[in-house]
Amino acid sequence: MAIELKQVSHRVGAEMHIYETDLELEPGGFNVLLGTTLSGKTSLMRLMAGLEVPTSGEVWFDGKNVTGVPVQKREVAMVYQAFINYPNFTVFDNIASPLRVARMPAAEIRQRVGKIAELLKLTPMLDRLPAELSGGQQQRTALARALVKNAPLVLLDEPLANLDYKLREELRDELPKLFRDTGATVVYATSEPLEALLLGGHTATIHEGRVAQYGVTAEIYRTPNTLLSARVFSDPPINTTTVSKQGDSFVMNDIARWPVAEKYRGMTDGSYLLGIRPHHVTLDQARGNSVTINAVVRVAEISGSESMLRVEIGGNPWVSESHGIHSFDSGDPAELRMQVDQCLYFSTDGALVAS
Amino acid sequence: MAKITLENIKHSYLPEPGGLNDYALKQIDAEWSDGSAYALLGPSGCGKTTLLNIISGLLKPSEGRILFDDIDVTETPTIDRHIAQVFQFPVVYDTMTVFDNLAFPLRNRAVSEDRVRIRVNEVAKMLDLEDSLNRRASGLTADGKQKISLGRGLVREDVNVIMFDEPLTVIDPHLKWLLRSKLKELHRQLGRTMIYVTHDQTEALTFADHVVVIHEGTVVQVGTPVELFERPAHTFVGHFIGSPGMNILPCKIDNGKSRFAGNLVQTASSKLPDNYTGKLEIGVRPEFVYFDEGGFPVEIIKVDDLGRYQIVVTQHDDNTIKMIVPEDIQIPSESPRIAFTPKHTRIYADDWVVDQE
Repeated sequence: MAIELKQVSHRVGAEMHIYETDLELEPGGFNVLLGTTLSGKTSLMRLMAGLEVPTSGEVWFDGKNVTGVPVQKREVAMVYQAFINYPNFTVFDNIASPLRVARMPAAEIRQRVGKIAELLKLTPMLDRLPAELSGGQQQRTALARALVKNAPLVLLDEPLANLDYKLREELRDELPKLFRDTGATVVYATSEPLEALLLGGHTATIHEGRVAQYGVTAEIYRTPNTLLSARVFSDPPINTTTVSKQGDSFVMNDIARWPVAEKYRGMTDGSYLLGIRPHHVTLDQARGNSVTINAVVRVAEISGSESMLRVEIGGNPWVSESHGIHSFDSGDPAELRMQVDQCLYFSTDGALVAS
Repeated sequence: MAKITLENIKHSYLPEPGGLNDYALKQIDAEWSDGSAYALLGPSGCGKTTLLNIISGLLKPSEGRILFDDIDVTETPTIDRHIAQVFQFPVVYDTMTVFDNLAFPLRNRAVSEDRVRIRVNEVAKMLDLEDSLNRRASGLTADGKQKISLGRGLVREDVNVIMFDEPLTVIDPHLKWLLRSKLKELHRQLGRTMIYVTHDQTEALTFADHVVVIHEGTVVQVGTPVELFERPAHTFVGHFIGSPGMNILPCKIDNGKSRFAGNLVQTASSKLPDNYTGKLEIGVRPEFVYFDEGGFPVEIIKVDDLGRYQIVVTQHDDNTIKMIVPEDIQIPSESPRIAFTPKHTRIYADDWVVDQE
């Protein structure tokens, strides 16, 4: 199903939850809404579902204006962060409930529930009550109930946030597969950049009630159109600092100076905001063109295969992520290599100039 | 601050436990040194919260003893154990100011107001809460409130241990990172014994000097983050730590040589007898699988581009093998072949690592 928001806004009292937004989602695809808590992800979903009426603007499904249509008539399925199941129903009855509401014949219900249970590995649990299931199984039951309807629009609001790390990894892998052949348009809200990358598809970066950017997930990550979009799509945070282009050189105060590579030649001289991701400012042997930057280590975090350094460069906090194990004490100096061809340059008002 | 010793701790929630499976904690022996940072890491239901409650005295173990600085405290009530605990959800008195919230544990113990003022200001400084000391706690964000909970854990100087029970669950990822670094920095500064319970490997590995991995009521490995990564002692550690976890593949031994699906695989494990009858597996992390023309053929099922690196899912003879490939390495488009780094490939016999002799 094609979903389009046209100039949609939503105000609650004096507070703007969503500013005027235009968004056309990839039909039949996986669409990620990425943003922090309270950025507006859930509000956008509720507007799509028809649980909220926009203050202004229109919501269109498959070329039809559905702005005033209530949720019951919209053919949507929604799964929330908390595992919501009927506690007194068995897993089978939980999954079957939307079909029963639709008065489907019993034989067809059995067949549909059986198929979806198989897909979500719930077949052995069909006779159990939700309380007898693990968190992962409970959330799979909620997902099965959303899937069984074959709704053309499926809204998943941080569905894995309450699950254990490893379960999350497993379900995250399964989810795009589950929806691939259904033709449903899936909208998936998350606050984790890594999750967006793993899910793939398309991503909308959202910040304070506005969609910063929408496009193919990996492209948005590599070429954010604004510094804001880059920030939303970075964990650990992207490093930013002011630099100036002076003829053939970029200059970072008295910290570093490096030649302007071919792809940045079109930039006019002047002041820019530089954005560089932590894994491009490393202790590793230089890959490609790089420049040395001297930093003072604040905290070193070692995760087994990687070292993450929180450092200070010219009084500003930076993050550096390197392969291997590198131990530092607070206050130690570190010589970092910044890969200059990976730099993103933004104008001082935050619009991408070159990448 | 204290050294903590756990001796032969077992716990069952059943009044008359039968077999080993009735125990939430099957057997825990540990000595945790004064001033170190420990993480208890494991999935939901592994027994880590049970263990935390035994240390704090909220739960008396079915068997075994617990000692603080060699003094038996098994029967000592919680209040006399001098423990600070920070919970998953912030516990904050909404009607009080931030200052009064931080002062609460001290005033409860009749610490003089002069001393209270000094301590609260010190802790507020560490947590960057100085500017909000006079504000009501109710107006703060989730991470602001959790900082107060952390602060209350740190404010007393007479505690034996500070325990954190999944303290970052309610915090947004980008703030999680800041609070985690803050905690680590505080540990460095204060040198207190800290125990941090989590199911999140990143939190455990980045916070702790020593990570205690718990699986089904048993400690399967205690090690530094590097040890857990480079030499998992048990297949569970390999699977649970690392994302994706270690590849665990079927292994056959013939003539003292280890083979996976017929392919000769060199490992860092010692030789095993041909007649070993238990379950044998090869464990190798995705980080140590690489494209190599001299390796064995695989079919590439999927490539996930994670920006910084790619996760390549491959298949060989019905076995899935995952690889982590740096962003600048080209993935071969025709007849890919892969190999394992011998130094980081090990044999697991009935789930436990077979070490070099």
